[in-house]
Amino acid sequence: MGKFLARRMLNYVVLVFIATSFAYVLAATHLDPRAYFEQMQPPPSPEAVNDQLDSLNLNDETPIAERYATWMSGVLTGDFGRNIQGGDVASQMWMKAGVTLRLITVATLLGSAVGIAVGAYAAVRQYRGFDKAATAASFVVLSIPTVVIAIVVQVIASSVNDGLGTQLLRYSGEYSAGFDGTWWELLLNRLHHAMLPTFVLAVALFAAFARYQRNMMLDVLGADFVRTAMAKGLTRRQALFKHALRTALIPTITYFTFTFGALVAGATFTEKIYGWHGMGAWLIDSIFRHDVHVVAAVSWFMAITIMAASFLSDLLYAWLDPRVRV
Amino acid sequence: MSTDTVAAHRAAHSGHTGDTPVLEVTDLTVTFPGTNGNPDVHAVRGVGYSVSRGEVLGIVGESGSGKSVSSMAAMGLLPDHARITGSVRLHGEELLGLDDRAMARKRGRVISMVFQDPLSGLTPVYTVGDQLAEAVLVHDARTPKAQARARAVELLDLVGIPNPASRYRSFPHEFSGGMRQRVMIAMAMANHPDVIICDEPTTALDVTIQAQILDLLRTARRETGAAIVMITHDLGVVAGFVDRVLVMYAGRAVETGGVDQIYHGSRMPYTMGLLGAVPRVDAERRGALVPVRGNPPSPSDLPTGCTFAPRCPIAEPECERSEPALLAVGSQPSRDDVRDSRPGAPPEDDTGGAGAHRSACLRSGEIARNRWTALDIYPVPEIPEPAASAAPRADRPEMLRVTGLVKHHPLTKGTVFKRRVGTVYAVDGIDFDIREGETLALVGESGCGKSSTLMEIMGLHEPQRGRVEVMGRDTAGLSRSDRFRLRRDMQIVFQDPMSSLDPRMTVFEIISEPLRTHGTPRAETTARVYELLRLVGLDTEHATRFPAEFSGGQRQRIGIARALALEPRLLVLDEPVSALDVSIQAGVVNLLEELQARLGLSYLFVAHDLSVVRHVADRVAVMYLGRIVEIGDTEFVYTRPSHPYTQALLSAIPIPDPEKERARTHIVLDADPPSPADPPSGCGFRTRCQKFGTLSEPEQEQCVSDEPLVTPVNRGDQAVACHFPERQAGV
Repeated sequence: MGKFLARRMLNYVVLVFIATSFAYVLAATHLDPRAYFEQMQPPPSPEAVNDQLDSLNLNDETPIAERYATWMSGVLTGDFGRNIQGGDVASQMWMKAGVTLRLITVATLLGSAVGIAVGAYAAVRQYRGFDKAATAASFVVLSIPTVVIAIVVQVIASSVNDGLGTQLLRYSGEYSAGFDGTWWELLLNRLHHAMLPTFVLAVALFAAFARYQRNMMLDVLGADFVRTAMAKGLTRRQALFKHALRTALIPTITYFTFTFGALVAGATFTEKIYGWHGMGAWLIDSIFRHDVHVVAAVSWFMAITIMAASFLSDLLYAWLDPRVRV
Repeated sequence: MSTDTVAAHRAAHSGHTGDTPVLEVTDLTVTFPGTNGNPDVHAVRGVGYSVSRGEVLGIVGESGSGKSVSSMAAMGLLPDHARITGSVRLHGEELLGLDDRAMARKRGRVISMVFQDPLSGLTPVYTVGDQLAEAVLVHDARTPKAQARARAVELLDLVGIPNPASRYRSFPHEFSGGMRQRVMIAMAMANHPDVIICDEPTTALDVTIQAQILDLLRTARRETGAAIVMITHDLGVVAGFVDRVLVMYAGRAVETGGVDQIYHGSRMPYTMGLLGAVPRVDAERRGALVPVRGNPPSPSDLPTGCTFAPRCPIAEPECERSEPALLAVGSQPSRDDVRDSRPGAPPEDDTGGAGAHRSACLRSGEIARNRWTALDIYPVPEIPEPAASAAPRADRPEMLRVTGLVKHHPLTKGTVFKRRVGTVYAVDGIDFDIREGETLALVGESGCGKSSTLMEIMGLHEPQRGRVEVMGRDTAGLSRSDRFRLRRDMQIVFQDPMSSLDPRMTVFEIISEPLRTHGTPRAETTARVYELLRLVGLDTEHATRFPAEFSGGQRQRIGIARALALEPRLLVLDEPVSALDVSIQAGVVNLLEELQARLGLSYLFVAHDLSVVRHVADRVAVMYLGRIVEIGDTEFVYTRPSHPYTQALLSAIPIPDPEKERARTHIVLDADPPSPADPPSGCGFRTRCQKFGTLSEPEQEQCVSDEPLVTPVNRGDQAVACHFPERQAGV
């Protein structure tokens, strides 16, 4: 098992390296940092622009291989270069990652937990009222893009606030600008702001998980081992919970890890709309600013999260399902 | 568990004496309401039985007769939408209508159940020990965990799992089918129940494992003193095991009585037909089997009168008037009374006297008076004597010769860099030949290499080692077109008629496909398809229908018609009747024999059912771990088996005759067959051999080191691969 995991790990390292290199070459050849500086008011002299570009390792007159070598040697020591304004990319990246992870951890946990519960119960009540309602709700959510849900929720929140005359629902920013108070007042303020975007992300996840778990659960509901459990003296509820759900959870949990990895980049719209400065929003902004190093760094981070997620799902699968352990 | 239920349980326990029934089912009906405009399914219609302490009741019936549903109803395991009426009393306490929580307290403690398929019966993600301990804990949460665990180990030991303490931590997939069934039985015994319901407990198992499990159930009965309800379709299994029998047909009990009464003096045509349809391992080939024509009625569309009347050879107009009640033999109403009665009146069963012989047939009295047997009332088809059998075997042309055939599968590990870590010796050097007009049966337990042998032969390519000659032509040197032409002469019938026919093709398309592939002109094709349909006993109007509209027996006939389309001379039959009910199986076996006689076919017949083999085969080859251990004339092999494995196999088959069965002593082999990836040295069978232990040390040494070769014995057509073969009287 250990050898298997080590080989898997090596595979991932190679893949991350290739993915990051491609992202860097793509960004370096297609983004145009020179234009960013030339547009500045007042327009700087060409020499000044060249100096600036050279100092940032962004000069398109330097061969791409040379720029790549410089950048990569930095990355190997943990230095992701400087962004176009001269700031340190690595330190910014960890900050943005923190924002995104705060948002999506709660949202994925919440969305998948509710989705699993609803899906499993819907399977037990197949074709009854609850199942039909859950199915309808899931399909409505699945057929609306997240961006629409995000905006609709924002519109509803603002009209609720207008109707009540107070700021009951916060829909912009990670915390109130300039807000000051004790640590728990700050925490409360942050929680207040996190409510709506978390809700938006969780709703979309809930729908996918509910459908997935319902199917998984239906597969095991009629299984002989559930009948055996009942014949031992478990009630139907106990048998379903302890034997059917436990077995049906295995594929869902591995699906969960992947969702989590994919959401690091997938929360972009929600972050933008709710004014959270996370990974996704940062990526979009830096493409507009022709910020090669940030784009490459974000790509690296996403590759890492996806690989970590799949590594975790391998581990979880082996832990949950004794049949794959060798 | 609350204290008052404990008290109630104790009272119930002490309240019964020897003869009061432990479980009493009266007038039980189970109906599954039809959805989307489909008619209701009447699965069980007024079934009653009772079992007393220490008694074994056998419930016999074919698939769809309602035997399993009725016991699931007693256990409270049916889905919520099933409508259940009647009464199920356990120690006098009514079970129907109890809520799931109250019912759960009974299940596994007072009444428990062993199911058919042990492979899927255990939860894959928990260890067997934990699942066993759960059966103890769920009824008494106050039991310390360690004590429940100790009890689980004790139970594993009791049901014969070696090294129970370490096997406690095994997961179900690490156990063989037989071992998992042992765990299921341990689970049923865990709380000393008063009733154990066994629903086809040995159907999915090989015959040597079946013998082990039946032995174990006898132990369970002795240990717990429980009443046992044994549900089965196999008339052999119940014969030596049960005290009383209840025969079910189309959701009703049609005959009940003591086991000897039923087997030796059945008074219901259906039971008589069932008993007549079973091929016997203990009787020599005696012409055709007794087939019961037609198919069981659909439980959603039952005839008004006796449900068996449409298939019954002695049905009269009165039989179709109303359903006969289950009454003592001879006390059925007269025909005049039946004619005067209201048509379709519900039958009123005679419930008194649990042990009495009762039958639901208007003519039961007549059958008893005339002492009719199945042969008297069922027309037995004439099967012509094959012309080829006149010539001596050695003079007939060879259809198939297999010499030193080997098929090894590599065992690999790793996903990216595959490396070989071992070999599965699926077929490990076998020799046999088939002459014109003869049937060779390949028998053995699952995993012995029968199917691999078939696939190697059907492939018509060069084997890994050895030679395959079909009609005198070596398959190694065949060109593509030669191979294609040779396929005309050798066709196959598959085991599962449900999945071997394309559901989206009509019967006509299925049967004509081989003809079209081999370029038969269109005009001839149609005539040939109709001819084939008639040949296998189907109507020409069936040609436009789809496989889903046919029953299992009819589908197998379609499969046979397809195989015969190209007029092959050799037919390979891969377990052709093992998926069919006995009454249907007899018809298909008769058809195969008739076709062989009329068309001069040769059969390579693969089966695990040694009774069917004795009936159809001229010669038999017994396989074990990829090798033939005994081969020869069927009569010789069955009457004087020389190899210890053949002896054990024959001994393990239960005979559908209670008297004989009770008198027999079975050779019960230990454990499971070894894995074909890791066969023992020398003789492959020595690890389970019942004779090995009786040998002297140098003799044992020979078994361990030398591999026995197939050598002739007994001066006849019989050869055996054993160092110490034996001449012995058969069953």
